[in-house]
Amino acid sequence: MGQIKLNQVSKSFGDVQVIPPLDLTIEDGEFTVFVGPSGCGKSTLLRLIAGLEDITDGHIEIDGTDATNVPPAKRGLAMVFQSYALYPHMSVRKNIAFPMKMAGLPADEQNRRIEAAAKALNLTDYLDRRPGQLSGGQRQRVAIGRAIVREPSAFLFDEPLSNLDAALRVGMRLEISELHKRLATTMIYVTHDQVEAMTMADKIVVLRAGFIEQVGSPLELYHRPCNEFVAGFIGSPKMNLIKGAEADKRGAPTIGIRPEHIDVSTSAGDWQGKVGVAEHLGSDTFLHVHGVDGCDPMTVRVDGELPVKHGDTIFLTPQAEKLHRFDAQGLRIE
Amino acid sequence: MARAVTQQRKIANTALAWGIGFLIFFPILWTILTSFKTEAQAIADPPIFLGFDWTLANYEAVLERSNYGRFLWNSIVIAGGSTILGILIAVPAAWSMAFVPGKRTKDILLWMLSTKMLPAVGVLYPIYLLCIQFGVLDSKIALVIILMLINLPIIVWMLYTYFREIPGEILEAARMDGASLREEVLYVLTPMAIPGIASTLLLNFILAWNEAFWTLNLTAAKAAPLTAFIASYSSPEGLFYAKLSAASTMAIAPILILGWFSQKQLVSGLTFGAVK
Amino acid sequence: MATQHSRSAARLMMAPAVVLLLGWMLIPLTMTLYFSFKKYLPMRGGDLGWVGFDNYVRFVTSSAFWPSVMTTLIIVGGVLAITVILGILLAILLNQPMWGQGFVRILVIAPFFVMPTVSALVWKNMFMDPNYGLFAHLWEFFGAEPVQWMSQASLTSIIIIVSWQWLPFATLILLTAIQSLDREQLDAAEMDGAPATKRFAYITLPHLGRAITVVILIQTIFLLSIFAEIFVTTGGAFGTKTLTYLIFQRVLESQNIGLGSAGGVYAIILANIVAIFLMRIVGKNLDA
Repeated sequence: MGQIKLNQVSKSFGDVQVIPPLDLTIEDGEFTVFVGPSGCGKSTLLRLIAGLEDITDGHIEIDGTDATNVPPAKRGLAMVFQSYALYPHMSVRKNIAFPMKMAGLPADEQNRRIEAAAKALNLTDYLDRRPGQLSGGQRQRVAIGRAIVREPSAFLFDEPLSNLDAALRVGMRLEISELHKRLATTMIYVTHDQVEAMTMADKIVVLRAGFIEQVGSPLELYHRPCNEFVAGFIGSPKMNLIKGAEADKRGAPTIGIRPEHIDVSTSAGDWQGKVGVAEHLGSDTFLHVHGVDGCDPMTVRVDGELPVKHGDTIFLTPQAEKLHRFDAQGLRIE
Repeated sequence: MARAVTQQRKIANTALAWGIGFLIFFPILWTILTSFKTEAQAIADPPIFLGFDWTLANYEAVLERSNYGRFLWNSIVIAGGSTILGILIAVPAAWSMAFVPGKRTKDILLWMLSTKMLPAVGVLYPIYLLCIQFGVLDSKIALVIILMLINLPIIVWMLYTYFREIPGEILEAARMDGASLREEVLYVLTPMAIPGIASTLLLNFILAWNEAFWTLNLTAAKAAPLTAFIASYSSPEGLFYAKLSAASTMAIAPILILGWFSQKQLVSGLTFGAVK
Repeated sequence: MATQHSRSAARLMMAPAVVLLLGWMLIPLTMTLYFSFKKYLPMRGGDLGWVGFDNYVRFVTSSAFWPSVMTTLIIVGGVLAITVILGILLAILLNQPMWGQGFVRILVIAPFFVMPTVSALVWKNMFMDPNYGLFAHLWEFFGAEPVQWMSQASLTSIIIIVSWQWLPFATLILLTAIQSLDREQLDAAEMDGAPATKRFAYITLPHLGRAITVVILIQTIFLLSIFAEIFVTTGGAFGTKTLTYLIFQRVLESQNIGLGSAGGVYAIILANIVAIFLMRIVGKNLDA
C-alpha cells in the first residue's frame, strides 16, 4: 500500500511562498516523477512528503490516514538522497542495517534482508567496506539497499543520479526502473532531467515556480503539452516555438513544432533557411537552421545522414497534424 | 605539473628549510640541552653544545625547591576542566547553529567572537572583586570558569566549523531511517564529529595551559599553575640557568607534544574557518 | 531539518552558551564603567564618590599615557611586520619540494606552544643576558661589545621575543593558504609568459591577501593585550609600558581602580575598533 494524497498543501519560508496551495494524488504502485527547472520547488515538495519540512498549510494523507504531523520516521517512507547520505563511519552492511536496527528488527531477519538486498544490487562482495572505498555507482546502490530493506510503503528519490557520470546514469536508470517493476511499490522521483522523467515515469508532474503546470503520462505530455512551458521542457531537442506572420497564417499567436516533425528538402518547402551547425550523430542529424521568420535558429532532426554543410540553403515544411497551437497566454489551443 | 624538479634545487630547498627550521627551534633545543648541564657549564664561555656532563641534578633541585607536582596538577585541572566544561556547553550550541540555522545564527556567532576581543585588563578589577565576593580568589574553580568563558567562543566556533562540514542530508537520512533525536546524535552525529571534537579539545587545552594573564593575576600559593611556577624564576638568584631550563622544560614538554599532534587543526581552528 | 520541533530544541540547546557569554560580557563591563566614574582607592579610603569624567581626562593627560600608546603601537606594528614578511617567505620556502617537509613544519610550529612566561624568561636570561647570554658570546666572538638588551634595546628585545612566538602561527596559516592555490592558475600564468617574480606578485600575493588580513587581525587582538612577556622581563621599565601594562599598574600596583577602569574603557574601545574589521572578514566567510 502506498497511496499519497496532497490536499491544498502549501509551503512558505518566511514571507516567500515557494509552494502555493496544490492538490496531487499519487496512486499506489505508481512511478511518479517531479520534473522542472532548478528552483521550481520539486525537492521542497518531496521533503514535505518526507516530513523533513513542515507544511505551512494543508494536509498530507498516506494510505488514507492524515500524516501531516507525523514525524518522518513514522511515515513508512524511505528516501534516497542526492549525495546518497551514507554514514561514512559504518560499513556497507551496517549502513543497510541501520533502519532495521532503529526499528528493532531481530538480527536474523536483518541479515536475511541484507543478504537479499546485497544480492539484488550486486553488493555482496562489498558488504564489509566503508562507503569511502566505493565508486559512485556502488554508493548509489547502497543507498537504494538501505531504502529497500525497510520495505517502505513508498520510495522517495531526490535527484539520485545527478552525481553520476553519463554512462552510469543510463545504467542506474534501468536498474531503478527494473526495481520498480519487481517491487511494484510507489516511487516518487525528483529530477531536472526530462529524459529521466520520460524514460522512467508512469506519471510526470511538471513544476514551475511551485505551480503544477501539467500532470500526465510521458506520452500525453509529449503529444499534448498544455502550455508553452511544458512544450519547451519535455522533448529533446526542444520544440521550436514560432511567433509572428508564420504563426498567424496557421491561426495562433504562437505555434510549436518538434524538430522531428519537420520535413526537409533541398528544393522546395514552406520555409527557407541556411544551415548553421549540422550535428551528425550517425543515426540522425540535427540541423540548426538560420533565417526562418519568427524562430532563429530552428532545430530540425533528420533520420540518418543528410549531405548538407554549413551555409547550404534548405527548405523546411512542418507536418501539419503535428503542429501545436498556443494562445497569447501561452495555453494550448485545441 | 609534470615538470621534474631538478635534484639540486630540491637539495638546496631542503638544506635551507632545515637550517631555518633548526634556527627557529633552537631556543627550545638550547633550553632542553641546558637543563642537563651543571650550572657552571650552563654559563661556560664559549658555550658548550653537546660535550658536557649530562646530569639530572637540576630537575632534582627544581623539584626540591618548589612543589612542581602541585603546579602541574593545577595546570592540568585548570586547562582540562575549563576545556571539558567548555565543550559540554558548546556542543549543543554548535549543533543547533550548524544544523538548524536561523536568521540570527550568524549574528550570534559573530557576537560570541566579539566577546573574545574584550581586553582582559579592562575587566581585571571587576573580576578580581567578584572572586573575592564569592571567596574563590586563588582557587582552581574560579580559573576553570574564567578560562572556560574566555575560550568558549573559540570552542563554539571550531565545533561549528567541523559540524558544518557534516552534510545535513546524512542526519536527515537517519531521521528517515527512523532514528530519534537521541539516536541521531548518538549513532550518527557523534561518531562523525569525534575527530573535530578531539582537535577542539586539544587546541583549547593548549590555549588554556598557556594562558598567562588571569592565571598570574588571580592566583597566589594555592591554585597557581605552571605559568606562575615559571614566573617565580623571573628574579635571578645566583647561578640559575640550568635550573630555569629544567623548570621550563618541565612546563612546556607536555604541551609541546600535544601541540604537534594538533597543528593541522590549528589553522582552521584559530582562523574560525576563514583559512582552510 | 527545519521542522518546528527541531527549531525549538535548537534554541534550548543554544541557551547555556549564550547566557553565559552574555553574563561574562555585561557584568564586568558594567562594573568597569561604574568604577570609571568614581574615585575609588581600596587601600586609601575606598569609595570616595562620583567624579564624572575626571578619571578619563586624568588617564589621557597623564604623562605615561601617550608613551604607552606609542609603545603599544610599536610593539604591535613591529611584530606584525616581522611575522607577516618572514611568514610569507617561510611559507613559500616550505611549499617547495623537499625532503622531510613534515619534520621542518614540526620544528617551525614549536614556539607557538611554548607558554609566554617560559619564552620570555628563556630569551631574557639565556640569550639576551649581557654577561652570560648566547648573544653576548656571539657578539664577543665577532669582537663587538655585547648589547644590554633589556635596558638599552628593550623594545627591540620584546619585539624579537613576541615575533618568535607568533611567527609559527603566521607561517602555518600562510602555508595553508598557499597550498590551496590552484596550481593550474600558476601554470596558466607561466604559459602567458609571466616570470616567477611576476607570478608571485600577480597570482600568489593576491591569493594570500585574505590569509594575510586574517593573520594581521587575529594577531593584533592577541598582541594588544600581551602581558606576561613584559611582566617577567622588564616589568614595564625601560619604555616597555604598553597600554595594557599601564592599566594593570594603575589597578593592581597603585590600586587606583577608578583611573584604571577608565583606562580599561579606552582599551576596550581600541580593541573593538580592531574587532569590527575582523568581524567583517569572518562574517563574509560565513556567507561563502
